[in-house]
Amino acid sequence: MPLGPEKFLMLSAVLFTLGVLGVLLRRGAISILMSIELMLNGANLSFITFARQYGQAEGQIYVFFIITLAAAEAALGLAIVIALFRLRESTDVDQLSLFKW
Amino acid sequence: MESVAFIVLSILTVTSAAVVALPFVRNMVVCALALAVNLVSVAGLFFLLSSQFIGFLQVIVYAGAIMVVILFVLMLLSVDDEQHMGSSGFFQRYLGPLLAAGFVAIVGSTLVVSSQATAFPALPDSYGTVGALGRELFTRFFYPFEAISLLLVVAMIGAVLLAKRRL
Repeated sequence: MPLGPEKFLMLSAVLFTLGVLGVLLRRGAISILMSIELMLNGANLSFITFARQYGQAEGQIYVFFIITLAAAEAALGLAIVIALFRLRESTDVDQLSLFKW
Repeated sequence: MESVAFIVLSILTVTSAAVVALPFVRNMVVCALALAVNLVSVAGLFFLLSSQFIGFLQVIVYAGAIMVVILFVLMLLSVDDEQHMGSSGFFQRYLGPLLAAGFVAIVGSTLVVSSQATAFPALPDSYGTVGALGRELFTRFFYPFEAISLLLVVAMIGAVLLAKRRL
């Protein structure tokens, strides 16, 4: 059974979908951030798969940039979570309806 | 050999992602450690796809730095358990999983229909090495690279500003 791109693409679709489900179903702000990391990982996996399939380095470079962006996103997101926790004593996103009428 | 590694890594990836995403495990630290397992097994998949440098980067940046930040915030805020599990919205609770299953089914059926059971083509020796990637990064992708370093500085300053109690 040779390894082809289809299996990796299927796995990346499953990974991305699990991330979306986590954002929809989880209610803690930190769990939602972790689910966003799952989605980014799914996208990274398909980038690397296509880079391998076509033998080009561009896909890997995009993944390099995405990993950097994910680091920035995690730092900022967790800073926001700390600020929210200071305000509300909770990280539950259902209680954060300040901007909702 | 490679397909055995792929099967083991994909089982690890999917189960750990399910622990992170699906609202069954309350303990947040368990979820964070499952995310670490997931990130390391995705790094293993990158090695299988002969992208060594990105695989190492994934282990160092994702499984190292980002996981440490997430665990640090978890311990700092001591939110061990989520207060209430599961979303209250109708759409999120019922329609979301349905649409997710539909998406996976559509992607899977497309891949099955279009599959020619092809193996990956052969690669040049330099593929995925630090040298090959660095050459691209500092020639064709020089300006995006500089822009991303500027973005990292902005994110660092922003994180300090947001988390600081009083400026």
